[in-house]
Amino acid sequence: MPKSNGSANGNGASSSNNNKGKAKQHATPILDKLEGGPWPSFVTGLKRLRDSQGKQYAPMMNDLLGQLEHSYEEKLGFWKGGVVSVYGYGGGIIPRFSQVAEKFPESKEFHTLRVMPPAGFHYDTKIMRQLCDIWEEHGSGLIAFHGQTGNIMFQGATTENTQKAFDALNEIGFDLGGAGPCLRTGMSCVGAARCEMSNFDEQRALRDIINEYLDEMHRPAMPYKFKFKFSGCPNDCVNAVQRADFAVIGTWRDDMKVNQDEVKAYVEKVGRKYMIDSVITNCPTRALSLNDDNTLEVDNGSCVRCMHCLNVMPKALSPGDDKGATILIGGKRSLKVGDLMGTVIVPFFKLQNDEDYEKLVVFAGEVMEFFSDNALEHERIGETMDRIGLPAFLEAMGIDPDPNMVKHPRTSSYVRTDDFTEEAEKYFERKKHKKAKETEVTAAAE
Amino acid sequence: MSEATQPRVPHETGVPDPFLFMHPTLKKNYANWDWHERLRPGVLHHMSKTGESIFTVRAGTQRQMDVYTIRKLCDIADEFADGHFRFTTRSNIEFMVADRNKIDPLTEKLTSEGFPVGGTGNSVSMISHTQGWLHCDIPGTDASGVVKSLMDMMYEEFIKEEMPNRVRITTSCCQVNCGGQGDIAINVQYTKPPKIDHDLVANVCERPAVVARCPVAAIRPAIVNGKPSLEIDEKKCICCGACYPPCPPMQINGNDSTKLAVWVGGKHSNARSKPTFHKLVVANLPNNPPHWPEVEAVVKKILYAYKDNARDWERMGEWIDRIGWPKFFEITDLAFTKHHLDDWTGARHNMNSSTHIRF
Repeated sequence: MPKSNGSANGNGASSSNNNKGKAKQHATPILDKLEGGPWPSFVTGLKRLRDSQGKQYAPMMNDLLGQLEHSYEEKLGFWKGGVVSVYGYGGGIIPRFSQVAEKFPESKEFHTLRVMPPAGFHYDTKIMRQLCDIWEEHGSGLIAFHGQTGNIMFQGATTENTQKAFDALNEIGFDLGGAGPCLRTGMSCVGAARCEMSNFDEQRALRDIINEYLDEMHRPAMPYKFKFKFSGCPNDCVNAVQRADFAVIGTWRDDMKVNQDEVKAYVEKVGRKYMIDSVITNCPTRALSLNDDNTLEVDNGSCVRCMHCLNVMPKALSPGDDKGATILIGGKRSLKVGDLMGTVIVPFFKLQNDEDYEKLVVFAGEVMEFFSDNALEHERIGETMDRIGLPAFLEAMGIDPDPNMVKHPRTSSYVRTDDFTEEAEKYFERKKHKKAKETEVTAAAE
Repeated sequence: MSEATQPRVPHETGVPDPFLFMHPTLKKNYANWDWHERLRPGVLHHMSKTGESIFTVRAGTQRQMDVYTIRKLCDIADEFADGHFRFTTRSNIEFMVADRNKIDPLTEKLTSEGFPVGGTGNSVSMISHTQGWLHCDIPGTDASGVVKSLMDMMYEEFIKEEMPNRVRITTSCCQVNCGGQGDIAINVQYTKPPKIDHDLVANVCERPAVVARCPVAAIRPAIVNGKPSLEIDEKKCICCGACYPPCPPMQINGNDSTKLAVWVGGKHSNARSKPTFHKLVVANLPNNPPHWPEVEAVVKKILYAYKDNARDWERMGEWIDRIGWPKFFEITDLAFTKHHLDDWTGARHNMNSSTHIRF
């Protein structure tokens, strides 16, 4: 049976077409001005959808353009939220109802489906065309790649079509992301798929964690949102430190690798002065020195893995072999106490074999459980940490204090230290065990 | 029994497996890359440890894409780029090709179809942004429009790599700041306390939750015109808009009072200096669609001051750290006011407690 893409009376929305009952095309003189210029225009795209004769979304997009033009005139937004969901899920749909529906009735419902993309945002044209076909049939034809949290944003479905669109997307292997007080969609950089700076399997870590805790995403029951982001190296291409409650940022423990021939070749190319001004003296911990023969001396003990020299000389310098990630917890933007960056909670989390990844998934679950049990309503975990203090957070998580967690030790004398001696003994005890363990590992290796 | 259709039971499959869609050369050399180089703006060359090469051509998109645009990108991928692509976190599209000879025809095709090739290395990449008037329920402006106008202005800087270091710009339509931190950030900054529709509050808002949401405890329950509502201590109110999402009758946006502010020096990379938040430079710019010329002028001034004065590899914030804020305000000819003095929690940490002063 042929599938009808048209609405019941088969109307299109082009201005030249005057079918009875057909809405008039809205003039968009202000938006039209955003069609000039060399950058691709979203307005031109919206008009293409409006002008798609016979497509079910054409009347909707005509009214959508009308409402958007109205916003440009009035300098105000005209959407309100509400409650729309699909069967089995408590979140993932962003409901939008127009406040000016009497003027723009066809786009009175314009909901977004937040859909999780393949980790690392990889697509082939076959799957992409399927996504387009589904959204052409059930939605507005407008898709954003991607939202700032990392979802594919299928923007513009009626309440009735939301379920149909989801069902079709779900049939080809796509699932809803997070919205509301819950585990949110995660994001990873391109990482191991195409970057030599990758220090762990970013896409695996993302999928292992999110897919293990999908229930926390699809049935929102947390105090507020909880976001994971995965960057393969300290360049932090997915902005984990500032945006994620749980940031996993790749790093390495052993020495960086230096190909001295490539170092020499680079110095030959740019000159010693440029090498010194742009690489050597840009090292934040003065860990680099240029030898007289144009080779590089690295003080790996002082290196903080900032990535600058590796970024400038990717042929000459590479991360070491003992790879893993630093985990920072508590990053978020302004609401409500002001901006917070993540704080180092695990300086080095080894990520090499299956067991390491399983441990990461368990740890992520423990942190979310702590958040669910202890955060106040509408409080992010960074705010909880501030409210109770880092010592209490660490105790709850069973993590020992580590000088890597601080910029410097406390400067305030307002602290009760009567068990300082016992705490110091614990520290030395831990140190002894760590040393014994290292000796054991070295002996086994030999 | 009724004939109610049984709802379809979903498959909660979670994050899709990227290996199903990944370019075969990327799949084959997963976690085995050795080094990379930039052949020219918009074109990357990655070399694997097995000696295999992959070439990436990066292009800008409008992010909010119609299916026709997406299918056009699919056609281009099928004809010129092995049928695969991916997106960056800044909504640039990346086509990967294993054959070096495919770079030129692909680049030409993208350019001729209106997708600018660039955004790599020390360029101004695409502005990360949010939904705005097109779809958001609390927006003060339309990020897509601001971005289109600014990217038109900075087009040459996207297709070239002539900046001292990469420039990451963000735009946000309210103070929640979904666009994120940036070398330059263009964010809505409200200037007036919310206007309350007292007839609606009782029915629409959970009043204790709204009271709790205020960062400065300026909201309290009140009976207005005989109805339970909320009132605001306007002297305490910092006009942040935090009460508006949970209580839409507290309208924070006004066609004259919603303004734009420009911030500089945010950075998430750990390269050289630690990650930083952006800092306020200019506030009270008019929300002036469709081209926001006042915003454009300020961004242009800051961008080219940075381009002309920063040293190689200095990000915006690092350049300002070197020359100092007085010099920054002097070079850009922007005003330094009492509003630049932080008075939020921990503000004293942002003050100069030394005699380090550049004369």
